[in-house]
Amino acid sequence: MKALIEIDKLNLFYGTFQALKNVSMEIPQRAITAFIGPSGCGKSTLLRTLNRMNDMIPGTRIEGKIAVGGTDIYSGEVHVETLRKKVGMVFQQPNPFPKSIYDNVAYGPRLHGIRGKKQLDEIVESSLRAAALWDEVKDHLKRSALSISGGQQQRLCIARALAVEPDVLLMDEATSALDPISTLKIEELAQELKDKYTIVMVTHNMHQAARVSHQTVFFLNGEVVEYSETEKLFSDPSDQRTEDYISGRFG
Amino acid sequence: MNESTRSEAPYSFGKRNSSSALYDRIFTGLVWGIGILVILFIVGLLFMLLKNGLPKLTWDFLYSIPSEIEEGGGIGPALFNSFYLLAISLIISIPIGLAAGIYLAEFAPNNKLIDFVRICVEGLSSVPSIIFGLFGIALFVEMFQIGLTILGGAISLAFLNLPMLTRITEESIRAVPVEMKNASFALGSTHLQTIRRVLIPVALNGLITGICLTAGRAFGESAVIILTAGVTTSGVMWDFNLFSPGETLAVHLWYVQSEAIVPDAQEIAQKATSVLIFIVLLINIVFRVPLWLNSRKTKS
Repeated sequence: MKALIEIDKLNLFYGTFQALKNVSMEIPQRAITAFIGPSGCGKSTLLRTLNRMNDMIPGTRIEGKIAVGGTDIYSGEVHVETLRKKVGMVFQQPNPFPKSIYDNVAYGPRLHGIRGKKQLDEIVESSLRAAALWDEVKDHLKRSALSISGGQQQRLCIARALAVEPDVLLMDEATSALDPISTLKIEELAQELKDKYTIVMVTHNMHQAARVSHQTVFFLNGEVVEYSETEKLFSDPSDQRTEDYISGRFG
Repeated sequence: MNESTRSEAPYSFGKRNSSSALYDRIFTGLVWGIGILVILFIVGLLFMLLKNGLPKLTWDFLYSIPSEIEEGGGIGPALFNSFYLLAISLIISIPIGLAAGIYLAEFAPNNKLIDFVRICVEGLSSVPSIIFGLFGIALFVEMFQIGLTILGGAISLAFLNLPMLTRITEESIRAVPVEMKNASFALGSTHLQTIRRVLIPVALNGLITGICLTAGRAFGESAVIILTAGVTTSGVMWDFNLFSPGETLAVHLWYVQSEAIVPDAQEIAQKATSVLIFIVLLINIVFRVPLWLNSRKTKS
């Protein structure tokens, strides 16, 4: 599979603390890549470098290169607002805005200049359909986004992220706060979305990674220990530490 | 394990042996009692202030001219000035206060200088208001030499409002959950877009409460007005001239109570008090309406 994102010798420092050490990998296009590892290993930090959300934390310093579609995203000519349109993110806690369902999904397109009602209506419908939420909310689009359940709110956040038509969807432990049924729905959703989007998901649930992803990356203490096709990593890992983690000896 | 407690029936869940349960009940009773007392006190105070003036209020009183010698004077020009000065001071101080608060919450770096600025803002919001009156005199009466005017009074009042508005804006914006900001930025918004479309709408309750408190305080302010806008009016209603003297209702109340020689001074003072209290309460209620509408729109 062709690589959409190439990470080359990436080092990240929060002040004096080094959170990522010499990370290099490729993330294939239109596939699901899972980042696994124990708490604090750097998987969420790496995820956040892909859409430069780390820029928001003062004192963060990057060395190395991250290229999305061939472009170094930390170079001076890259506008972070346009990058984030192409690389979207869904967070661990569902975080819909206290606005209506319609306005939540339409928020992104409106940011980028889309105003026509008909156009917005179409985008809202197609995004909610893509997030498998349309049938449940199509008669209540004007209701507050806070009035639906947690699992529905998270799918709303996915719809909201899809509305700006990204190429990459970053999911930062997106199902950790949800019940098993909602989790399953979102995993199925990810399987459907991978045909159009490149998905990178951070999960502390190894079984989820094994179920859903094509490629898995195992992190430990800010370093990439091993990455390969999911089946291979879980059945025949090359590194002893990987073996220990997936068999539950630590983490 | 203590033998004596083990010998009791293990599941009777009786009272604790220590006095902590008793202290808890005394405390609860005390808090209830004080709460009721405070409410009674406030209601009693309002009642006492309003009982003399409120029944005697007439529409006439509200817009007629005060009289220096005879009975039957009204509070028209002073009442008008109160609203006029309030409006001008809010028009000046709200945009500046909002911008300063947003700067401190969203853009200011975390260093000692900014900490010092915050301490200054905090200090200025609790300094006696007469300080702003003295500043106004130095600026308008002595430096610009325009004497005692509505303009001077309104601008001095704006200075009075600014620290409180800045602090409340900063607190309200900081109180917006960081997840909202993250969601907005992750969709590719600029800082201004996030501020306009997410931070301010979510912080709106706090912002409006802040404006409401500030307006209530400014409406009843007297020290600043006496020093910068004077104790007289131009004598006619609906005088929009910024350079007229600008006695407000609160000042007029003080004047009537302490200096006036008209025979019905006492009654005028009582009626003016009622009007003042009534309007401040009204300001608070009026500002609650958009809050209530806003919370209905965003309620889960």
